[in-house]
Amino acid sequence: MYKRTWNLKKTWPFHVMLLPAVIMTLIFAYLPMGGIIMAFQEYKPWTGFSNSPWVGLDHFQYMFERPDSKQVILNTVIIAALKIASGLVIPLVFAILLNEVRKLAYKKVLQTLVYLPHFLSWVILGGILLDMLSPDGGIVNKALGFLFGVEPIFFLGDGNWFRITVVVSDVWKEFGFSTIIFLASLAGINPSLYEAAEVDGAARLKQTLHITLPSLLPIIVVVGTLSLGNILNAGFDQIFNLYNSLVYDKGDIIDTYVYRMAILNGEMSFGAAVGLFKSVIGMGLIILSYRLAYKMANYRIF
Amino acid sequence: MYHKTLPYRIFSVFNYIFLGILALLCILPLIHVLAVSLSGKAAASANLVSLWPVNFTFEAYVKTLGNDNFITALWISVKRTVLGTALGMIVIFLAAYPLSKDESSFRGRSIYSWFFVFTMLFAGGMVPSYILIQKLGLMNSLWALILPGLVNVWNMILMLNFFRNVPKELEEAALIDGATQFRTLFMIYLPISMPAIATLSLFTMVGHWNDWFSGMLYMTDYQNYPLATFLQTIIVQQDFSKVNVDPSDLENIAQRTVRAAQIFIGALPVLLVYPFLQKYFVKGMVLGAVKE
Repeated sequence: MYKRTWNLKKTWPFHVMLLPAVIMTLIFAYLPMGGIIMAFQEYKPWTGFSNSPWVGLDHFQYMFERPDSKQVILNTVIIAALKIASGLVIPLVFAILLNEVRKLAYKKVLQTLVYLPHFLSWVILGGILLDMLSPDGGIVNKALGFLFGVEPIFFLGDGNWFRITVVVSDVWKEFGFSTIIFLASLAGINPSLYEAAEVDGAARLKQTLHITLPSLLPIIVVVGTLSLGNILNAGFDQIFNLYNSLVYDKGDIIDTYVYRMAILNGEMSFGAAVGLFKSVIGMGLIILSYRLAYKMANYRIF
Repeated sequence: MYHKTLPYRIFSVFNYIFLGILALLCILPLIHVLAVSLSGKAAASANLVSLWPVNFTFEAYVKTLGNDNFITALWISVKRTVLGTALGMIVIFLAAYPLSKDESSFRGRSIYSWFFVFTMLFAGGMVPSYILIQKLGLMNSLWALILPGLVNVWNMILMLNFFRNVPKELEEAALIDGATQFRTLFMIYLPISMPAIATLSLFTMVGHWNDWFSGMLYMTDYQNYPLATFLQTIIVQQDFSKVNVDPSDLENIAQRTVRAAQIFIGALPVLLVYPFLQKYFVKGMVLGAVKE
């Protein structure tokens, strides 16, 4: 007979093992969720949650009325979309080119070098970039002037250049690491497909177009759809370490805006409301993208 | 054979060169910083240094390591990284084991799984978390840097996937011999899981070392800043008001060579563990990413 009991006699060690993780998650992940009510209040630190007046959806309404918050949402989507597109295409091309390298030692060296920036923090890279991109004598501007004779560019002080710099430096940091997943799929392609194409007289370019790309299609779909869930994540760490008040109009994103509003300006409730807006949309997008990935490529993460 | 055709050979040569340049671009910035940090201050401020030190000197490193604020921050980062990694790994290791069981031997599994996975989908956000840390009285405490990120659900999933690939017979044999679940976990699973534990520990270490934001949020006193936050303030924001340097030090800290030395020292631990990390992570990534 199937018994519908929890069978605690047998499983109690499991519950004990899970206890520390459960307690920590309750405190540090679930308790803050309760704090979301402040998005519907005029929260003041000295009155607390129970005595702060309720304001309903005022903060959300305010968010859509303020020109700066509308701009911030737009900036976030633009920067994230550019990052997602280039972060998909460039690693893919790089993986296919790397796959053509037959000298194993050379391939290993290349891989070691391109993975490295992924592990350095944006503080370190921000420090390096601020120095290298400086308009007065930064090495990048010096090199550009020497090679192409261009005037020094204010990469981090001009809104349009700022966006480009953010996207390019993000690609630079992550493209190597993102190739791993494509390289793994490339290694999984059945070699007999290539042999058959060879017999039929297909050159390497033809083989790439008719075998490699179609074989990679499922993983491309998976990576593409999953990154949809990140459309409101334009990268707090990076932006925060690169931006300055000169480029707020084009470079401020939701996360940096929340930090500035809530922590620096003390508009706690407004910050929480903007954060909640982002969390809810983000969750919806993540669930949607996982569903899509499952439907289109039969991908499951758990 | 396409390998031997002329067009492919030409392509190959270009491909090798192109990829080589691309790979070099990934480390040139680091080499540049290293070169600046080892150069004389006159040459550095005149922007004469590119990839090789000019007027080689260790002066910037001597100054950096002689700065008390820097050493304090470094020490906090070390404590935080060691403690945070050890505790985090224990919690994850313990929790992943029951979660790796199938439904028939542990029925609560899916409830627990959802309990953890939900936190990956939805979070209270920065402001409520900040208030929580305040209310818990953890502001300016080392624990504020360690506890909130202790349960890394992503690492937990990687760990439980690893456990699932351990042959069931091992566990059954242990249980038949009368071992408790705890004994099985520590005597059977722990030794086998060393590669996974090594990988995840290294990931966690790098995460703790690189994290600067919790320091910025939760530490109001610069004396409690971990190194990453300290560097963020000094080098990125160039805000010396928060870290209380006396005017005689200010000149030193503002020097380009000293900044470069600080950046390099900040990156050094990651550069040192990287070779060990690299051996494992490709496997770990794929394990978590692609499943049949």
